[in-house]
Amino acid sequence: MTPLIRNPKDFWAGVIYTAIGLAVIIIGKDYGMGSATKMGPAYFPTVLGALLALIGAVSVVRSFLRPGGPIGVFAYKGIVLVTVATVLFGLLVRGAGIVIAIFVLVLMSAYASVKFRWGPSIVLAFGLAVFCVLVFIKGLGIPLSMLGSWFGG
Amino acid sequence: MELIHNLGLGFATALTLTNLLYCFAGVFLGTLIGVLPGLGPTATIAILLPVTFTLPPVSALIMLAGIYYGSQYGGSTTSILINVPGEAASVVTTLDGYQMARQGRAGVALATAAIVSFFAGTVTTLLLALFSPPLAELALKFGPADYFSLMVLGLVASVVLAHGSLLHAIGMVILGLLLGLVGTDVNSGMARFTFDVPALFDGIGFVVVAMGMFGLGEIVRNLENENIPLEMVATISSLMPTKEDWKRMIAPILRGTALGAAVGILPGSGSIMGSFAAYSLEKKVSKYSAEFGKGAIEGVAAPESANNAGAQTSFIPMLTLGIPSNPVMALMIGAMIIHGIQPGPLVMTEQPALFWGVIVSMWIGNMMLLVLNLPMIGLWVRIVMVPYPLLFPAILVFCAIGVFSLNNTVVDVYLMALFGLLGYIFIKLDCEPAPLLLGFILGPMMEEYLRRALLISHGNPMVFVTRPISATMLVIAAVALVLVLAPTISKKRAEVFQEEA
Repeated sequence: MTPLIRNPKDFWAGVIYTAIGLAVIIIGKDYGMGSATKMGPAYFPTVLGALLALIGAVSVVRSFLRPGGPIGVFAYKGIVLVTVATVLFGLLVRGAGIVIAIFVLVLMSAYASVKFRWGPSIVLAFGLAVFCVLVFIKGLGIPLSMLGSWFGG
Repeated sequence: MELIHNLGLGFATALTLTNLLYCFAGVFLGTLIGVLPGLGPTATIAILLPVTFTLPPVSALIMLAGIYYGSQYGGSTTSILINVPGEAASVVTTLDGYQMARQGRAGVALATAAIVSFFAGTVTTLLLALFSPPLAELALKFGPADYFSLMVLGLVASVVLAHGSLLHAIGMVILGLLLGLVGTDVNSGMARFTFDVPALFDGIGFVVVAMGMFGLGEIVRNLENENIPLEMVATISSLMPTKEDWKRMIAPILRGTALGAAVGILPGSGSIMGSFAAYSLEKKVSKYSAEFGKGAIEGVAAPESANNAGAQTSFIPMLTLGIPSNPVMALMIGAMIIHGIQPGPLVMTEQPALFWGVIVSMWIGNMMLLVLNLPMIGLWVRIVMVPYPLLFPAILVFCAIGVFSLNNTVVDVYLMALFGLLGYIFIKLDCEPAPLLLGFILGPMMEEYLRRALLISHGNPMVFVTRPISATMLVIAAVALVLVLAPTISKKRAEVFQEEA
C-alpha cells in the first residue's frame, strides 16, 4: 500500500505556502481593500496571499498524486544550535556586553560541528572578541559595550 | 565619440586613489570569501554590505561589484586546487581544472582561469558601455504598466531558471513579494504585517533576509557534510600556458565569452547557466572532446570565460532598467536605494560619474585580479584549509554584529535567526531561496507600479495588454512559462539541472 503523502517535500512546502497565504488574507482584512482604480493597502497583499494559498493547495494535492523523494537528513542539532545561539547573541549583547555575547555565540554554534574541540574554539572566541571590540566598538563606533548594562557598562 | 567621452569619465572616476583602494578592497575580500567553500557571492555581499554603507555611493558600488567578480574568481581557485567549488558557477571548473592540477598543471590551470576571465571581462565591459545607453533610452519610454510587466517577466524568468520544482519557485517569488510589503504602506501610511513591532515599520531589511537565508541557512547545510576530506594538490610549478595550450584555448574563449555574455543578460541566470552551457558546448564541438573530464584546458577556459562574461553582463538590466537579474544584483539595487539612488534608466543621465565609474572599475578590478591573484595563490590555499568549526562561528559573529549595526537594533538579529531557520527548512523542501530574494526586492516597486498603472487606466486591467511594450513583456513571460511546462522541455530542463547537481 502506498502512503497517502507520496511527496513529502511538495506536501510540507504546500502546507507552509497555504498557511502563510491564508494568514496574509486574514490579517489584511483590517487594512482596507480600496478599488482597482484606488488600491487600498490590502489590495496587493490580498491578491498575492490568495495566489500563494492557491499554489500551496496545488502543491498539497500534487503530493498525494505524484511520488517524490524523501526530505533527507534534517540537521536538527545544527539548525537548533545555530538559531538559538544567534538569538542568545541578540538577548545578551546589550545586557551582558559584546564579549560574553560573542563567547556564547561562538562556543554554542561551534558545538554543532562534529569536529568541535573546546580548546581552539575558546581561542577563536577570545580572538574574535578582541577584534570586534577594537574594530567595531573603538574603530567604527557601534553603540555596544564590552561589558553591558548588567555590569554597569 | 560619445563612447570615448563616457569611458573617459568612467576612468576619471574609477582611477581616483580612494576608488582604486575600494576596488582593490572589494576584489580582495571577494576572492577571500569566494575561496571559502559554501559561501557564494550572494552571502559574501550580504555579509560585507554593512561595511559599504558609510562610503560614498560610487565607492560603495565599486567595492560591491569587486566583491562579486572577486568571489567568482576565488571560487575557481578552489575548484582547481582541491576539487571544491567555492561557489556554484565554478562547479564545472572542477571537472577539468582539478584533473589538470593532478597532472601537475595546477599553475597553468590557475593562470588560464585568470587570463580568460580578464579577456571576457574586457570584452563585456565594452559591451556594457555600448549597449547600456540605448537600453536606458528605451527604458525612459516605459510607463508604469510597462514596468510592472517587465518585473513580471523578470520574476517569471527567475522562476523558469530556478532549480527544482517550478511550483515551489513560484511560491517562493510570491512569498518574497509579500515579505517585501511588510512595513508602512507609502500611500495610506498604514503599518502592514508589522505585529506592532516598531522595528518593522520601515520594513524588513533586505540584508537581514539575505544574511539569514544565504548565510545562516548555508552554514547549517554545510554542517551536514563536514566529513568530506579535502585533498590538496600541492605542487604549482609553471604558470604560463604553452604555445599548444594557447592554440587550443582561443576558440573556446571566444565561444565561452559570447555564450556567457548572452546568457548573463537573461533575468534569473547570472553566471551559473553560462558556465554550464559553455562547457557542454565545448564538449560537443571540440576535436579533443575525448579529453574532457581528464584535464582538457578547454574545459577550464570555456566555463571560466563564460562565468565572468555572464557576471558582467548581468549588470546591464540592473544598471539600465533597475531590474535585478539575480540575487546579487538584487542586493546591489538594495544598496543603491540605501544610498538614496533610485535604480532605473535615469541613473545614467543623472549620475553619469557613478554609472561609468562602476563600469570602468570592473575592468580595472579584473586587471587587479589578474596581477595580484597569481602570486597570492599560496595564501588562498591556506585559507581553504582552515577547519570549518573555526570558520563558521566567526562568520556568524560578523553576520550578527553586521546586522545589528544596520539600525542598531537586536530585532534584526532575531529576524536573521528566523530567516536562517526558514532558509534551511526551504532548502530541505527543495525551495530555492534565490527567487524569494528577487521578489522581496521587487515587491514594493511592483505594488507601486501596479497602483499607478491602474490609476491612470481608471482601474482597467486591459492596460497591460493594450500597451505594446507591456504586452510584449507579458507574451515573452507567457511563452517562457509554456515552454518550461511543455513535457519535452521540462524533461530537458531536469537533465540540465541533474548535471549541475
